Amino acid sequence: INHIVHNGGLYKRPFNEAFEETPMLVAVLTYVGYGVLTLFGYLRDFMRQWKIEKCQNATEREEQKDFVPLYQDFENFYNRNLYTRIRDSWNRPICSVPGAKVDMMERVSHDYNWTFTYTGRVIKDIINMGSYNYLGFAQKTGTCQEAADKVLSQYGAGVCSTRQEMGNLDKHEELEKLVARFLGVESAMAYGMGFATNSMNIPALVGKGCLILSDELNHASLVLGARLSGATIRIFKHNNMQSLEKLLKDAIVHGQPRTRRPWKKILILVEGIYSMEGSIVRLPEVIALKKKYKSYLYLDEAHSIGALGPSGRGVVEYFGLSPEDVDVMMGTFTKSFGAAGGYIGGKKELIDYLRTYSHSAVYATSLSPPVVEQIITSMKCIMGEDGTTVGEARVQQLAENTRYFRRRLKEMGFIIYGNEDSPVVPLMLYMPAKIGAFGREMLKRNIGVVVVGFPATPIIESRARFCLSAAHTKEMLDTALKEINEVGDLLQLKYSRHRLVPLLDRPFDETTYEETED
Amino acid sequence: MDIKSMKNYLYWLYCQFELITCSYLMEPWEKLLFYTFNITMLVMVLYAGYIFVPVHLSMAFQFFLHLFGNQHENTVSIVK
Repeated sequence: INHIVHNGGLYKRPFNEAFEETPMLVAVLTYVGYGVLTLFGYLRDFMRQWKIEKCQNATEREEQKDFVPLYQDFENFYNRNLYTRIRDSWNRPICSVPGAKVDMMERVSHDYNWTFTYTGRVIKDIINMGSYNYLGFAQKTGTCQEAADKVLSQYGAGVCSTRQEMGNLDKHEELEKLVARFLGVESAMAYGMGFATNSMNIPALVGKGCLILSDELNHASLVLGARLSGATIRIFKHNNMQSLEKLLKDAIVHGQPRTRRPWKKILILVEGIYSMEGSIVRLPEVIALKKKYKSYLYLDEAHSIGALGPSGRGVVEYFGLSPEDVDVMMGTFTKSFGAAGGYIGGKKELIDYLRTYSHSAVYATSLSPPVVEQIITSMKCIMGEDGTTVGEARVQQLAENTRYFRRRLKEMGFIIYGNEDSPVVPLMLYMPAKIGAFGREMLKRNIGVVVVGFPATPIIESRARFCLSAAHTKEMLDTALKEINEVGDLLQLKYSRHRLVPLLDRPFDETTYEETED
Repeated sequence: MDIKSMKNYLYWLYCQFELITCSYLMEPWEKLLFYTFNITMLVMVLYAGYIFVPVHLSMAFQFFLHLFGNQHENTVSIVK
């Protein structure tokens, strides 16, 4: 709350982000739990090796036993012995549209999650707290569906070509003009897959001799794109501007490692909302640093487009900044628009360059027409151009839901990470048995949640991640909160001691590695 | 009624133990092995405590008594 003064008046609104520290007892007990499971893992591996127990996981063939072992590393050990025990909380098959309520096929396992069989029953009307349905556009009825239906009967479902050959429909041109208008940039380009937008376009923008400064907790698509490009990658601490400034200073002063030549380009990779932490990037400070050190900014708004800002235009509008300050604005249509695909927006020269040199444009099939129509209709709805105020109402409903849900969970005493305004709400679980127990207990009470453990998060910081939606009514949220309260009491998840750690605002030096209390 | 709520509380405590030590995730034979090991260790520690702690306590008590006893004699001689 004191950031408004400290950072020279860059922030026009309070920036409330908190990551409560893990209680010591909880951390110790988590390690105890993992220790016990590891011992039993070794025992089971021993039994499988000596054929006392039937081996149900993948192993090498007899002829390959003398080759370099494939399944001996920690990831495979974790998979066999820990992940399989709680595997029934993931890959659950749903059989309806993933709106606010969803239907799920019931499955049981008779051999401790190695195989599943369907009982044939469908569990109906599960409150969906896991889909990225921020504005509630995942619907099977309504204007979006009707428009997509018409386009489907006009264009069909397949495009059967890449953008550069025969796959450039007039729908794509219309979409790109609309996206550019929505974001407030000169031009935009849309791609068939959000992951591929990052991984195939970063190599087109930077190459050898360039420097990439990427956040610690960036998504796998950004990491993959950075590695494919061949540029030098340096990591700065999550959302830590002192760390970023130090790296920028070093880069400008020392240049490239051996030859000391200046870097050709410095690209900063950040995300709008980080989906595992629920934190929002400190965009005003990043832009100030970018201008001071003359580098470029690539902003991945996968989760924040449509979800932040008074009219849903993303994190740039949330902070009240100009979209011209961000060089490359990337986002996906999967989360708030209920469709699939990704886009990149920016200056006209940049997008024209990408139309020719992007791998995705040359080799990947373009977006399917009904999906394009879904995006166009939902975007027009958000902007208010279809003549109703439905879009505006949804954006405000999402903001209200976010504030209400977060406040109630904090009052109950759970440890919640992230910013006050982010619709992604991670609730800390920590212990491995509680991951499985939480998923199962919530499903028993007809609420579907996503639980996350290693390797997506650090090994002791496993969490349950709630994704709020504008389609959730207050009654649904109240039901969900009541059940979460019950399960929290049952599993003893209310770890919070209301000791919020103030965020690091001192100058960064070698001795300050963690945000600890003074 | 009190017995019932007591039994519920004890069951809840047992559930917490299961969750913390991850025996909630184990198959029945693994649970048997784990609990047997734990109970054996606990019984051994308690038995060792039962045998040795009174002897140690009485020896420590005698040691401190001897220490304070000597001091008492010293002060008595100075006063004289």
